[in-house]
Amino acid sequence: MTLSRREFIKRISATAGVAAMAGCATTGNGSAGRVVVIGAGYGGATAARFVKMWAPDIDVTVVERGTGFISCPISNLVLSGNTQMANITMGYDGLRNRGVRLVRDEAVAVDAGSRQVRLAAGTTLQYDRLIVSPGIDFMYDSIPGLKSADAQNRVLHAWKAGPQTVALRKQLEAMRDGGVYVLQFPMMPYRCPPGPYERVCQVADYLKKAKPRSKIIVLDSNPDLVSKKGLFLAAWNGMYKGMIDYRPNSEIADVDVKGMTVKLQFDSVKGDVLNVVPPHRAGDIAQKAGLITANQRWCGVDWRTCESTAVPGVHVLGDATLSAPAMPKSASMANQHAKVCAAAVISLIKGQPVNQDTMMMNTCYSFVSGTSAMHVASVHRYDPAQKTIAPVKGSGGVSDKASELEATYAWGWAKNIWAEALG
Amino acid sequence: MRSRTSRGAWCAAVLAAGIAVPAAAQDAAYARNLAATCFTCHGTDGRSVGGVPPGLAGQDKSQMLQTMKDFKAGKRPATVMHQQAKGYTDQQLELIAGYFASVKPGPGAAAPAAR
Repeated sequence: MTLSRREFIKRISATAGVAAMAGCATTGNGSAGRVVVIGAGYGGATAARFVKMWAPDIDVTVVERGTGFISCPISNLVLSGNTQMANITMGYDGLRNRGVRLVRDEAVAVDAGSRQVRLAAGTTLQYDRLIVSPGIDFMYDSIPGLKSADAQNRVLHAWKAGPQTVALRKQLEAMRDGGVYVLQFPMMPYRCPPGPYERVCQVADYLKKAKPRSKIIVLDSNPDLVSKKGLFLAAWNGMYKGMIDYRPNSEIADVDVKGMTVKLQFDSVKGDVLNVVPPHRAGDIAQKAGLITANQRWCGVDWRTCESTAVPGVHVLGDATLSAPAMPKSASMANQHAKVCAAAVISLIKGQPVNQDTMMMNTCYSFVSGTSAMHVASVHRYDPAQKTIAPVKGSGGVSDKASELEATYAWGWAKNIWAEALG
Repeated sequence: MRSRTSRGAWCAAVLAAGIAVPAAAQDAAYARNLAATCFTCHGTDGRSVGGVPPGLAGQDKSQMLQTMKDFKAGKRPATVMHQQAKGYTDQQLELIAGYFASVKPGPGAAAPAAR
């Protein structure tokens, strides 16, 4: 027998009492429930905005340790001078204006039993549903020469947009004409699969104009380019011909910072600017909260809700998740996780059925120069038999070629995805 | 005083008993969730910040549905939309078109202020 909601409430009121019913969905103060979000990047900020937009009666608090949002997408264009930091740096006023509470602090512990988040300042936040969007942290343990803070400040990753982006730009500006820029990056999965190849294009774009005798050595841990291969090779063999030395299967063993050398298993590569992106894992708070389920690196989730498979009541978004098959770690994907999660969190708090037919779409643009870009796209649908989300057969693909038209779409994508999170 | 645990268990029992949410509300949420996959590029609720990619809010439903079906069939030239449209069933495309048709057109949120 199925009862209508109204009929059900009427019956339950007559028997168990209204107060008990209210206990399911409300937490006092006229709020339907409390959502706490850790991290205000592409995942967290978007989830906060959408919970508030779709359910204004839910209290939403975001904990963010930084003062503002700096976009990783587009940040490679800062390295080339094709754009500036100011164009990828934004504040959280838009979120505040929508009624989201921002707490500038760092989450240091999660007690899932009592549903509390402890902050560095010592205060705690109570939640009904917690959304953790911690991004990535780097596994420096695998690179002994980069363990010290001093070494990390000299051999940069610039794989989180911010001070490192600015510092790497300065290193490139200071490099002599005829110098060698070395980029080394890890095996998949890592944040932004096409990112390293785009970075090579952007650095080449700068060097071609400013220091044309310079060279780029690409040390790819993977056996081949992992994304948009034909499109990137067209740029490398075309507009950047003779500048780029690509070396696959180049897993890092160590870095000699003093000697400015990247050590591989059987080889050593010297450079004037070394840019090493260490392997990564889910951000530290995911580890502290017990959310990591795979290879001591990533957080398993149910893709219908983004709820952790390890800790009930806690949802994980973005690059920190154990990616589903053919799902990239990208800003687009974090944005899509956030909306699926927001819808599910609202349903769970309000005792409504959760959507089972999850759809997600990914579109990632890469710039090969300041004015030309191309995309990779995919559509994903939840498969109840496989209990995961998988690419829809026949969908998705890449650009035919890089173009100025797609560069305008890439900037349009950036402006819209930024407004989704922060606007 | 009722403890959190017993309240949780009670809620679970209530849910198991089955609170019927009107089917129309569920369909509306499903259509909204589908359309939300498009927001990333086309702006929240289809209100594109700079107009590129184009805004979808307030478009005519049947015209938009036809456009997406043409993308899906490869009849309409595109950079990316032919690849994306193939990921959705015709029924899903119809729900998406219906959602955007129901949204009032308007400017997107202002681009977030630079700091």
